[in-house]
Amino acid sequence: MSLSPSPETKLTAERIGMVFKRDGNSTNVLRDINLTVGRGEFLCVLGPSGCGKSTLLNTMAGFLSPTSGEIRIDGEAVRGPDPRRIFVFQERGVFPWLTVEGNIGFGLFKLSRAEREQRIAHYVQLVGLEGFQKAYPAELSGGMKQRLEVARALAVNPDMLFLDEPFGALDSITRLTMRRELLRIWEAEKNTIIFVTHDIDEAVQLADRVAVMSDRPATIQQIVEIDIAHPRDIGSARYLELRHGIFDQLGLAHKV
Amino acid sequence: MSLLVRLRPVAFVAALLVIWQVAVSLSPVHILPGPWEVVGGIVDLIQHGLLLKYVVASLFRVTWGFTLAAVLAIPAGLTIGWYGRAEMALNPIVQILRPISPLAWIPIAILWFGVGDLASIFLIFVGCFFPLVLTAINAVQSVPAVYVNAGRNFGLSPAALVYRVLYPAVIPQLLVGLRITLGVAWLVVVAAEMIAVNSGLGFLIVDARNAGNRYDLVVAGMVIIGLIGLLLDLGMRSLEKVKSLRWSYSEE
Repeated sequence: MSLSPSPETKLTAERIGMVFKRDGNSTNVLRDINLTVGRGEFLCVLGPSGCGKSTLLNTMAGFLSPTSGEIRIDGEAVRGPDPRRIFVFQERGVFPWLTVEGNIGFGLFKLSRAEREQRIAHYVQLVGLEGFQKAYPAELSGGMKQRLEVARALAVNPDMLFLDEPFGALDSITRLTMRRELLRIWEAEKNTIIFVTHDIDEAVQLADRVAVMSDRPATIQQIVEIDIAHPRDIGSARYLELRHGIFDQLGLAHKV
Repeated sequence: MSLLVRLRPVAFVAALLVIWQVAVSLSPVHILPGPWEVVGGIVDLIQHGLLLKYVVASLFRVTWGFTLAAVLAIPAGLTIGWYGRAEMALNPIVQILRPISPLAWIPIAILWFGVGDLASIFLIFVGCFFPLVLTAINAVQSVPAVYVNAGRNFGLSPAALVYRVLYPAVIPQLLVGLRITLGVAWLVVVAAEMIAVNSGLGFLIVDARNAGNRYDLVVAGMVIIGLIGLLLDLGMRSLEKVKSLRWSYSEE
């Protein structure tokens, strides 16, 4: 696996600014964000809660239009959500009225029945939900719902995934398992992943590069390259060095 | 043990009937017919072929008034709730019309439709329409944005978004609203029939009193109304148990 960002560019964000206006007050959320993401890259956007990293992800996915600047994916300006790029919410995003199979098959309405069933079976197995095909989300644990949502996203073969603190609601053991699962899936499917988190360890364990956000109005303060091959030894000197470096960066920005 | 538990409500009703019968027979003045007289009244109605005729007449009006209201109010409410601007424009009108009792519409119903089925169907319609509009508005506004965003993300057309995301998301709340509203319709039909028509269970009650103070028939009519109301409610509740509709109830 390449350690540096792929030479081929997947996404560019140019001078992205975002101002929310509500009741006559305007809040400056994003300011002058410039970012380039390589094809097949795993990028973590790291910052404290409420700093605007979720807003940035929503503009990349096309759910919000930036007040200024432009986001381009594969050279085309983003105008709205697109099935080639799937946004994974925390496990809140699965449809409670559909079974596991129904959820995974949700985006496969253009396929023939046979193809759809084959695809569903494949992703049920990939995320380890065998035996729960007919179960409703209310019958699943938080971790299973999260895997279900990832499976639903992967089933449509997206070339990009946007993940918004996807493991935030899970207990710490499940979270570790899910990180390992996500890396396994990413290595198999080779999608470009943009992963938003407020957890430094999560970012350093997963990403090729970590974009550290400043406080509001958020801008990218530093991009840290994580030059450790997977599977990463989280006790290694290099890991701790990178982790401490980012910690200092955040401390400088947010004065914990 | 479970048989005993199941028999408990039956035993309780039986005890109440006994107390009713005893109280009536001990009372020096005739304040109420006893249960036996009421049973006699019901038998009387069956023998004259009136019971079925009146029940059918009342259910006919409720079915039409309720169905018309549901068919018009639910799409209207969903649309109003979906488009914020429509809600701002229409909300004041709905809020003013809603607290007006459907019974206040009786004179206008008779003016427009005369004495007959149409007037009472109209009254039931009015009684059901506004609560259903509000239920539908609330239902669509409480759909979490993540569901709509996820639907859009997978490239659903607007029609598919309504059919595959909005509709299943609002159905549980709509079912609760429909159940409550059907109860309202059943209340309104009795009142409407007391004034606007000459058949049905409401008419039976007024007619029995006017035509010779047949209080056994009055109470018989009340008992039948109660029983049918219970059956309607049980019918709507059984819809809520359908597995694919049950998701919002099982998730606590």
